[in-house]
Amino acid sequence: MVSFEPSEEQQLVRDTVAAFAQEQVRPQARASDESGEIPASLVEQGWELGLTQALIPEAYGGAGEAHSAVTSALFIEELAWADLSIACHLLAPRLLVVPLIEAGTEEQKRRLLPRYTQASFAAATAAVVEPRWDFDLASLSVTATRRNGSYVLSGTKCFVPLAAEAEHVAVFARVGNGDEVGVFLLERGTAGMNILEREKNMGLKGLATYEVAFEQCRIPTEQRLGGAAGCDVNRLLNLQRVALAAAAVGVARAAFEYARDYAKERKAFGVAIAQKQAIAFMLAEMAIEIDAARLLTWEAAWKLDRGEDATREAVLAKQYAANMALMVADRGVQILGGHGYIRDHLVELFLRNARGFATFEGLLTA
Amino acid sequence: MIDFELPPQVQQARDMVHMVAETMMRPIAREYDEREHEKPWDFLHTMWEASKATNPVSFGGGGKKEPGTPSVRNLQTVVSIEELSWGDAGLYLSIPNPGLGGAAIAAAGTAEQRERFLARFRSGPPKWGAMAITEPHCGSDTAAIATTAVRDGDHWVLNGTKIFVTSGKMAAQESDGFVVVWATVDKSAGRAGIKAFVVERGTPGMTVVKVEDKMGIRASDTAMIVFENCRIPLDNILGNPEVQRSTEGFKGAMATFDATRPAVAASAIGIGRAALDFVRAELEKQGVKIRYGVSRNKLTAIERDFMDMEATLQAARLLTWRAAWLMDQGRHNNLEASMAKAKAGLAVTQVTQKAVELLGPLGYSRKYLLEKWMRDAKINDIFEGTQQINLLIVARRILGYSSKELN
Repeated sequence: MVSFEPSEEQQLVRDTVAAFAQEQVRPQARASDESGEIPASLVEQGWELGLTQALIPEAYGGAGEAHSAVTSALFIEELAWADLSIACHLLAPRLLVVPLIEAGTEEQKRRLLPRYTQASFAAATAAVVEPRWDFDLASLSVTATRRNGSYVLSGTKCFVPLAAEAEHVAVFARVGNGDEVGVFLLERGTAGMNILEREKNMGLKGLATYEVAFEQCRIPTEQRLGGAAGCDVNRLLNLQRVALAAAAVGVARAAFEYARDYAKERKAFGVAIAQKQAIAFMLAEMAIEIDAARLLTWEAAWKLDRGEDATREAVLAKQYAANMALMVADRGVQILGGHGYIRDHLVELFLRNARGFATFEGLLTA
Repeated sequence: MIDFELPPQVQQARDMVHMVAETMMRPIAREYDEREHEKPWDFLHTMWEASKATNPVSFGGGGKKEPGTPSVRNLQTVVSIEELSWGDAGLYLSIPNPGLGGAAIAAAGTAEQRERFLARFRSGPPKWGAMAITEPHCGSDTAAIATTAVRDGDHWVLNGTKIFVTSGKMAAQESDGFVVVWATVDKSAGRAGIKAFVVERGTPGMTVVKVEDKMGIRASDTAMIVFENCRIPLDNILGNPEVQRSTEGFKGAMATFDATRPAVAASAIGIGRAALDFVRAELEKQGVKIRYGVSRNKLTAIERDFMDMEATLQAARLLTWRAAWLMDQGRHNNLEASMAKAKAGLAVTQVTQKAVELLGPLGYSRKYLLEKWMRDAKINDIFEGTQQINLLIVARRILGYSSKELN
């Protein structure tokens, strides 16, 4: 039955996260972008929201709540609205926990999940993107080769959040010579997994991301997610796409609201610039496109929650939201004019972050 | 709870209407594009017989329901209109029904007026309703309306010229219909002086002087109507006859658009889907399949274009469903209706124009319907408030400005 209204439960999660995002995260956005650091106290506060622990079954110490991509999309938008870097940092453990919940064997869950139900933040991550212009989830260049009862990983990943402190890394790799993709659960310090220097990117500067090189990295076959048969990796990728689409909507909304408020204050020729159609129409289009992308995102998430294949919807939502976020953030800067270019204002940060969505994969998961 | 599943009754209606679109509209679409100003009477009679019972394409009125009793009526309407317009948008617009005039009566009329003017759509021969707002010198600027309504004893006397009246000829001349005419009772009062009047077919002084030749939607007549000392009964005015200080009455009339804009958006989406289906089928004939899971940087230009078209159309569809759903909940949807209309009108314009480009000679040739869909599509970016007027409404809403503050 068609409805555009979150359930009461979803609304509660959304409101709680929105309040945290506004009061705690947003004030830290600029400082994190400048320093590259996120205060440990903020990370702990974020952890207390329970957005990761909620999904973990009670048997392993979590709250055992049902995993919903729609609910995830709602709170990811709120956190990304406040700051994309901090959102990715706070939610990084989900990059391991969600795949485990979705596809892990009992043994894998039992071994790994309890680590993520502790009182303190525990970092985990996923290694998805590779440093090449034609990076393609459908044909990865990091490979996992079966050899003498083990898998040997080789190749290089990039944009791996929190790799240096992560307890576990979920590595997406091509298995064999075809297009089969497997996810491998590596523990911190595994021989042959080399965490390289922290990356320096145009945006997302508050988030510590790394290149990770695999050289003769040999792991037991039991560390393949889902066991010997593997799992539905496409579904995991679609959950990531939906999450990034929701984050793009959040960043765009941030830019829109900032520019809207500025345009109502700033006077030119005797009136607020928002009273000029040139500005007002830009804002109207931004508002329409944000809603458009959000609805596409919700629809893809809804389809995933029904357990259906949502590849088409998730891909389209992510692409649409990525393009939309860039357009909206660019206009955000444009509406502030010269001031938009100065780092006193947040819109330039939103634009640098928004440009990344075309490239980002695997930084978040719904 | 957020949900995108159409209720079973809406799905059934959609399937039924789709069959009509495919078997009755598509086969005659080209013919009535070429034979402009002629009517597909067999089709119109069939649609009339069907709509007398179920009225699948009436819109509006959702907001009039008792609070707490949500329906799916407007959702079903937009879903059905999408199907009919997938069949053919011009033929869809020519279907006998109360039309925009009927929507205005449903939104602003008294119970007695609704019965008097709308009951006729339940029986007898086919009938049309129409709405006359635009004048030769003004369109979106409705406050500049120059057609006058002067009270003379038991009558209102209308004088002026209206253009772009959809189904105006059918409503005013060819059937037992009516035209809802916007006129001013007091020019000095500006918008507050604008009122809507129902003029019955054949009323002396109302003359259809011209039916326009158009770029598209040629199966639908677009009339110019002149009112010359046209006398109508006093109680044919919709809403309060008094000129108030505020523009409440005017706003009431404008509220009609909150119901009709999602309907226009739905029609736009139907045309866009037709174009997209055709492009997909032609590509598949040549073995080109759209690869959704592949990196954007490795896709062909055609794949990228196609995916962008598909996403933008789906986004427009969801905005439209949302606007209809709000109305079904009895909630305000002024902002969302304009968002849907602005988005869908532009989306279908861009999608169909790009589709013609993608298919090259197949797109440009009148041997296929695609070029027609591009011509039909453009009207959706114009009527029921142009793209720009809808952006203006959205802008005022999101900025909290009145029409004085942002114009």
